Amino acid sequence: MAAEKKAPPGPLEYLRRWPLQAWIFAVLAFLYLPLIILMAFSFNTSRRNIVWEGFTFKWYEKALSNDSLIQAFVNSLTIAFICTILSVILGALAAVLLWRFRFPGKTPLEGAMALPIVVPEICMGVAMLVFFARVFPWPTGMPWPLNLGAITIAHVSFSFPFVATVVRARLASFNRELEEAAKDLGAGEWRTFMDVLVPHMQPGLVAGALLAFTLSLDDFVITFFTAGPDTITFPVKVYSMLRFSVTPEVNAASTILIVVTVALTAIGLQMQGLQGEKKP
Amino acid sequence: MKEAPPETVDMAPVHTHADKPGVAVKPNAIIQFEGVTKRFGKVVAVDNVNLQVQEGEFFALLGPSGCGKTTLLRMLAGFDTPTEGRILIDGKDIAHLPPNKRPVNMVFQSYAVFPHMSVEDNVAYGLKMDRVPEAERKTRAAEALELVKLGGFGARMPDQLSGGQRQRVALARALVKRPRVLLLDEPLSALDAKLRDQMRSELTQLQEKVGIITFMMVTHDQDEALATATRCAVMNRGVLAQVATPADLYEFPNSRFVADFIGSVNLFEGVLTVDEPDHAVVQAPEIDGQVYLDHGVTGAKGAAVWLALRPEKIEMHKRPEGVAALKMEDAPEGANVIAGVIKDIVYLGSEDYVRSGDRGRTPHQDVPLQSHALRPRRLYVG
Repeated sequence: MAAEKKAPPGPLEYLRRWPLQAWIFAVLAFLYLPLIILMAFSFNTSRRNIVWEGFTFKWYEKALSNDSLIQAFVNSLTIAFICTILSVILGALAAVLLWRFRFPGKTPLEGAMALPIVVPEICMGVAMLVFFARVFPWPTGMPWPLNLGAITIAHVSFSFPFVATVVRARLASFNRELEEAAKDLGAGEWRTFMDVLVPHMQPGLVAGALLAFTLSLDDFVITFFTAGPDTITFPVKVYSMLRFSVTPEVNAASTILIVVTVALTAIGLQMQGLQGEKKP
Repeated sequence: MKEAPPETVDMAPVHTHADKPGVAVKPNAIIQFEGVTKRFGKVVAVDNVNLQVQEGEFFALLGPSGCGKTTLLRMLAGFDTPTEGRILIDGKDIAHLPPNKRPVNMVFQSYAVFPHMSVEDNVAYGLKMDRVPEAERKTRAAEALELVKLGGFGARMPDQLSGGQRQRVALARALVKRPRVLLLDEPLSALDAKLRDQMRSELTQLQEKVGIITFMMVTHDQDEALATATRCAVMNRGVLAQVATPADLYEFPNSRFVADFIGSVNLFEGVLTVDEPDHAVVQAPEIDGQVYLDHGVTGAKGAAVWLALRPEKIEMHKRPEGVAALKMEDAPEGANVIAGVIKDIVYLGSEDYVRSGDRGRTPHQDVPLQSHALRPRRLYVG
């Protein structure tokens, strides 16, 4: 009968115990319930976000006809897009530099690169405010999208270290003989970089790009300090709308933003997956 | 126990690859190292190497790890530049050319097959860099794959190949450019034992097939070098110890290092007592006697020398009861005899080693002696 003694529970079987189930439920609830409520109430006829009265698209119509909201939305996407491209290029080059070369001041540079990740955002924001007000005033009254320059520069400066970190981690697994093989077969420095190093870095580049995009898109603090009256981004706009009242219009706009970011992330991951599986 | 002098080939010689059929060795030097020295900081990796490799040779650079053989190869490929000296290929100094401008191609130790390209794209990569038209690229890549017995594998991705197949891809990729010299960096070290033997013979066959391409291989595995190469250079601490055919390396090592490094060997210290052009005698206290050699030694009389005795050149005979041990003086002409007692026999599969505790000068000191003499000499021919 000893053989029939109850086997100790396997790792997944612990999930059958109620404390763990409750824990998981709580985690999922606090993670997703607010989002679901936000989305649900964007379809609510009532102006108040408390009681459900009926289904409607009117808040979406209202949000889409709110020119300043649309402008903020477009601004945010534009900034995020430019910021992503610049961050990926800068971050990848910084990663290659730190990985490949030994030079005086390398360690301080590595430390300095990590600073934007560690320094509190509020400090970065104030620093950017002072910098763009005193040291490097971005000319006002520039045509769109050049008027977004200050914000974009600020965004790049805090998101490219994230890209560099991700890409550098990826580079650690690179076999230097691949590079030598390419050169041995007749490739110059540039071709070697494009044909061998970039394909290897690619998963890191995609991950870094997604990171930079979302970091830029939803940044509030630093943007708040660098934005001018004509360069409002979506998070700043939502904040200013909330100061008057919480209307379902904000819910609708937020829902659109969520859908856009989730879709972009999905596309990014899908592209990465396709690259990885490009085999017959 | 009867001891034949090292040179007497009374048992089947092990390596006779000095003159392989099919490999045309032309007497013009394709690679020349002239006083090449490479220093990494204070470390001298390669020290004043002078070496000539002839066209069509299969040349092996052999040595223990850290002896500078890989550095020498990398200088030929262009990944390192010599601190001093010149490297010539076809009479042109290439020491400071970048790797992509040299008429050499390399098979890397890790194969370095590009993981994100198909087999065909890998092989055709070098041709693409040379701006060969696409149609020609395709046919030449297919030919090269056929050559390494990977025909039909062109569409595969490298992670769908085994280690041996990936190595073939690396070989095809290097050969497709028809280089003057093919460099092989420890090409067989990452394969398992059985595959290694197979690839070893395929490498020599491959060289016969491609004809005019000179092969230069780096290895720390002496069997590999002796079995594949037409000529070997043994390196030690950045210096060329000996450059010779495999048979000469084995039979006539020029230093204790080479004798010890190539094959297994019994080494005894001795003093040169007779040194004539046609024979020499060494007094070796460890084996308690004088050893007759049927060749002269370039050394002063009375010089301390090392006596190298190959295990397979030892014969063992039982001493009949009541008969006194043969003295060295009683030995038949040209043979050396010492008395000893077998203390231990180690069975090692294909090579049995007898560790006989030779009677040393002092009664309690045993001198280990490796020999194959107890191997049953039977041949099974099926």
